[in-house]
Amino acid sequence: ADYSPFLGIEKGAVLQEARVFNDPQLDPRRCSQVITKLLYLLNQGETFTKVEATEVFFAVTKLFQSKDIGLRRMVYVMIKELSPSADEVIIVTSSLMKDMTSKTDMYRANAIRVLCRITDGTLLTQIERYLKQAIVDKNPVVASATLVSGIHLLQTNPEIVKRWSNEVQEAVQSRAALVQFHALALLHQIRQNDRLAVNKLVSSLTKGSVRSPLAQCLLIRYTSQVIRESANNNQAGDRPFYDFLEGCLRHKAEMVIFEAARAITELNGVTSRELTPAITVLQLFLSSSKPVLRFAAVRTLNKVAMTHPMAVTNCNIDMESLISDQNRSIATLAITTLLKTGNESSVDRLMKQITNFMSDIADEFKIVVVEAIRSLCLKFPLKHRSLMNFLSNILREEGGFEYKKAIVDSIVILIRDIPEAKESGLLHLCEFIEDCEFTYLSTQILHFLGIEGPKTSDPSKYIRYIYNRVHLENATVRAGAVSTLAKFGAMVDTLKPRVFVLLRRCLFDNDDEVRDRATLYLNTLGGDGAVVETGEDVKEFLFGSLDIPLEPSEEAFDINSVPKEVKTQPLAEKKAPGKKPTGLGAPPAGPPSTVDAYEKLLSSIPEFANFGKLFKSSAPVELTEAETEYAVNVVKHIFDGHVVFQYNCTNTIPEQLLENVTVIVDASEAEEFAEVASKPLRSLPYDSPGQTFVAFEKPEGVPAVGKFSNMLRFIVKEVDPSTGEAEDDGVEDEYQLEELEVVAADYMLKVGVSNFRNAWETMDADCERVDEYGLGPRESLAEAVNAVINLLGMQPCEGTEVVPNNSRSHTCLLSGVYIGNVKVLVRLQFGLDGPKDVAMK
Amino acid sequence: ESCPSIKNILLLDSEGNRVAVKYYSDEWPNNSVKEAFEKSLFTKTQKTNARTEGKQFVFLFVHSHLSFSSCPDKKYHSLTFHNVFIPFLFTAEIAMFESHIIVYKFVQDLHFFVTGAENENELILVTVLQGFFDAVGLLLRGTVDKKEALENLDLILLCLDEIVDGGIILETDANVIAGKVASHSIDAAAPLSEQTISQALATAREHLARSLLK
Repeated sequence: ADYSPFLGIEKGAVLQEARVFNDPQLDPRRCSQVITKLLYLLNQGETFTKVEATEVFFAVTKLFQSKDIGLRRMVYVMIKELSPSADEVIIVTSSLMKDMTSKTDMYRANAIRVLCRITDGTLLTQIERYLKQAIVDKNPVVASATLVSGIHLLQTNPEIVKRWSNEVQEAVQSRAALVQFHALALLHQIRQNDRLAVNKLVSSLTKGSVRSPLAQCLLIRYTSQVIRESANNNQAGDRPFYDFLEGCLRHKAEMVIFEAARAITELNGVTSRELTPAITVLQLFLSSSKPVLRFAAVRTLNKVAMTHPMAVTNCNIDMESLISDQNRSIATLAITTLLKTGNESSVDRLMKQITNFMSDIADEFKIVVVEAIRSLCLKFPLKHRSLMNFLSNILREEGGFEYKKAIVDSIVILIRDIPEAKESGLLHLCEFIEDCEFTYLSTQILHFLGIEGPKTSDPSKYIRYIYNRVHLENATVRAGAVSTLAKFGAMVDTLKPRVFVLLRRCLFDNDDEVRDRATLYLNTLGGDGAVVETGEDVKEFLFGSLDIPLEPSEEAFDINSVPKEVKTQPLAEKKAPGKKPTGLGAPPAGPPSTVDAYEKLLSSIPEFANFGKLFKSSAPVELTEAETEYAVNVVKHIFDGHVVFQYNCTNTIPEQLLENVTVIVDASEAEEFAEVASKPLRSLPYDSPGQTFVAFEKPEGVPAVGKFSNMLRFIVKEVDPSTGEAEDDGVEDEYQLEELEVVAADYMLKVGVSNFRNAWETMDADCERVDEYGLGPRESLAEAVNAVINLLGMQPCEGTEVVPNNSRSHTCLLSGVYIGNVKVLVRLQFGLDGPKDVAMK
Repeated sequence: ESCPSIKNILLLDSEGNRVAVKYYSDEWPNNSVKEAFEKSLFTKTQKTNARTEGKQFVFLFVHSHLSFSSCPDKKYHSLTFHNVFIPFLFTAEIAMFESHIIVYKFVQDLHFFVTGAENENELILVTVLQGFFDAVGLLLRGTVDKKEALENLDLILLCLDEIVDGGIILETDANVIAGKVASHSIDAAAPLSEQTISQALATAREHLARSLLK
C-alpha cells in the first residue's frame, strides 16, 4: 500500500545509473530522474565516499552540454549538494560563468548562487564585475540571488563585497519587494560597524516608504538598534524614531505590526505611555483565529509582565480565555502571564481555573506553571495556604519525576521562605512520601524533614511518617529514614527514648547500611548505654556535611579522620544528598582544614587528649620543595602548655610504600620545648596523604619561641607497580626536611573587633604600653605595614591594612587574642622618615 | 544578528520519516542528530491539533487559469498560477521545542515544518511555512500526499531551493516559488505554445476533480 518510487533504492545501483550522464546522446528526462535519486539518497542521510562524490561530480559536469532547462536546474542543486573541492570547482567554473552571462534569467540567477556558494576569493575578483551588474539586474530573481549570495560572501570576503555598496544602495530602492529586503539586509551588514552610516540609513528609510513587509521588519530591527545606541545621550524629551515604530503598528502586514509591537516592548526604560499602543495591538492578536498570532502575542506579553505587570493587566480577560486554548503552549504562556500580573484578590479564582487546566497538559508545561506558582506565592505570602494546597494536590496526582521534583522543590522553597507555611508544608511532604515512587525524592524529603522537623512546635507528629518508611520502603529510603530519626533524637530530648526504641528495631533490618546506621546512631546518641559524646559533637556529626571515607582500610574506622567540608553550599543545593557513602570516585581525604576539624582530629589521639583546648592552628607550612619525592607540610597546633606539630606527608613515588613514618625533631634551638610524644604513621602508600604527629611540652601560657630541624624517617618498601603489591622486606631511610619555627604570631588569634575606638577606650589604661621601633629601610610603606601585620599575626581592623598610594604616614589598627586569652589591641603608626620609624602603642 | 533566518525546513510523512528536509544551520552536526530532532519533534507535535479531524483536505476552486506573463524586457517568462487552489481549514500551528520556534502544518500524510530561532518573529516563520505549503500544493496540483510528493520529489527539492538560500529567505510568495520551479519544464528560449498551457490546465483540473471526489 505504501508505494514509493524509491522503494528498494540502493546507492551502488544509482551510482551505476549515473553513467548515463556520460552518454553522447543525453536523455534529459532520464538524467533528471537519476539526479533526483541521488538527491533522494543524500536527503535520507546517505553519504558518498570521496571517490564516489568526485565521480558523480565529474559526471554531472557533463550535463552542462544539455540545453534542457529542467535538467540544468537539477544540475545546479546537485553541485551545491556535493560541495566540491577547490580543484573540482575549476572544472565547472567556465560553464557556470557562461550561464551567469546567459540571456535566460533563470540561468543567471542560479549560476550566480551556485558559483558564489562554491567559489573562493580569487575567482570572486574575476566575476565581481558581473555580480555588480547582477545586483541591479532588471529581473528581481537575478538581483535577489546576487544580493543573498553577497550576504553569504560577506562572511568570507568582506573586502570584496564592501565594494558593491553603491549597487546595493541602488537595489534598496527597487520596486521588487524581495530585492528591497535582500538589499537592505546586505547594506546594513556592510555598514553595521559604522554607527553614523546606520543612523543615516535608518533616518532616510523611516521617512520613505519601504514596500516589502520583510524589509520593513528589518528596518524596525535596525531602528531599535539605533534607539538603543543613542539612549545614553538622549535623556529628556521624546525618544527618536518612536513615532516610526508606533506608525508601524498600523501597517497592513501582521508581521510588521507584531515586529513593531515587540520592538516597543523591548525598548530600554519603556514608559507606560509608550507601551500602551503596542499592548493594545497585542491584545487584539490574543483573540485572533490564528494560533501563531495568539502565541506570538501571549509570548511577548508574558515577557512584558515580568517588568511591567500593570501594563498587561488590561489583557487579563482575553488571557483567561486562552487558558482553554487548544494549543497548550499558548495556554501555558497565558497562565504564567496571569500568575505574574494577578493581584492578591484574584489568586483564588485563578487557582481554580488552573486546577482544571493542569489535568490535560504535558509535564513540561506543568513544570512551568509550578515555577510560576512558586514565584506568585513568594510575592503574596498571605496566600500560602491556597497555593500550598494546590501544590500538594498536584503532588498527589500522576506525574513524572521532573514534575514531581519541581513541586517538591517549590514546597521546600516556600517552607524556607515563608515561616507560616512551614508546618503545613512539612505535613504535605510527609503525606507525599507515604506514597512516593521516586527513591531520590523520598530520601531528599527525609533529609529535609530531619533538619526542619525537629524545629517545629510538635516534632513528634512526624515520627510516624518517618518510621513508616522503615517498614515499607527499599533499603536506600530505609537508611535515609534511620538518619532522620536519629536527627530527631539528637535535637529533641523528649523524643529520645522513643527514637531509641525505633532505632533498636532497625538493628534487625536485612540491609547492612540500615543496620550500620542504626548501630552508629544508637552509639553516638547514647542509646546503647555507652558514654555519650557532647551534644554539640553529635549535632555536628549528624548535621554537618561530612566528606565520605573512601578507601577500604584495615584500620578501625575513625570518624574523626573524615574531614568536614567547609565550603558553604549554595542555596539551590541546600538539600544536599543524603550521607550514604556512595562516592567511591570522590577525591581522597585531604588534610583537615578548619580549627574545628583539627581539634576533633587531635582530641581523637589519646596521647594528645589531655592537652586541653586547642588555642590555634597555623596554616600549613611547606617543609619540602614542590615536586620532590615526598611532599611534607606542617601545621602547628598551639595548646596552653603544649605544641603539636602535624606533619602532612604525601608519597609521590608509585614504586614505594613507606611504613612507620615518623619525623625526628631536633629541638636544640628551642630550649623551652621538650618532646613528650610522637605518633608515627603506620603506612604511607603512593599518592594518599597521611599524618604523623610530634608533641612538645612548653611552659604553660608562655609564648615560647624556637627553631626546630626535622628529619623524615621511615621504612621504604619496593612496590611492583603492575600488581600494587609491596615486597616484604623494607629498608630504613631518612629524608631531610626544612626547618620549622614557632614564632610569636603562632600565639596570636586573629579576632576582629567591630568598633576599634570603643574597644580601645574601654581597655584599662594601665595595660597600655607605648614603644617605638625602627624598621630599617623598606621598599614601601605598604610593605612595612604588611610585614608587621604578619609578624604579629593579628587581625587588621576597619580596613586599615590598606595603605593609600604615596602616603607619607599611616595608622593601622590591629586586634587579636593572645595565648592565655589576653585581648590585644594595637595601634600602629608608621611614618616615612628615611629609615622608617614605627610608633607602636 | 538581525536578519531573520531559517534553521531548517522539514517535510515528513505520517510516521515522521523524511520525505525531504533541508538544514541551513550547523546546530545539527550530523545525520543522526538531525534524525533524532525530527523524531522527537514529530512525536511532540503529533499530540497537538494541527490536523483538523473529519474532512481532510478541501481546496476551494476559485478561479483557475495559468497566465503567461512577460516582463518588460520580453525575455523573462514565467508561469503564474492565479488562485488555483486555496487550501483552507488549515491554520499553521506553533510550538517551542528545544529552544527553537517551530511552525507547522499537516495535510493528509504530509507534515510541513519550519524551524527558526527562539527570538524570531513567529509571523515571519509562518510566512515561509505558508509559502512552502502553498507552493507544494500548486506544484502537486492539489493532490498533496506522500505518494504524490515522492513521485514529484524533484519539484519538492527545487521548491526548497527556491524558498531559502543558506538560511536567508529567498521568496515567500507561493505563486512565484511554484512559477520558478514549474518554469523548468518550459525552455524559455523556445516559444510556448497555446497547447502547452491548455494541457497544463486540463491536467490540473483532472487532478483536482479526482482529489475532491476521493
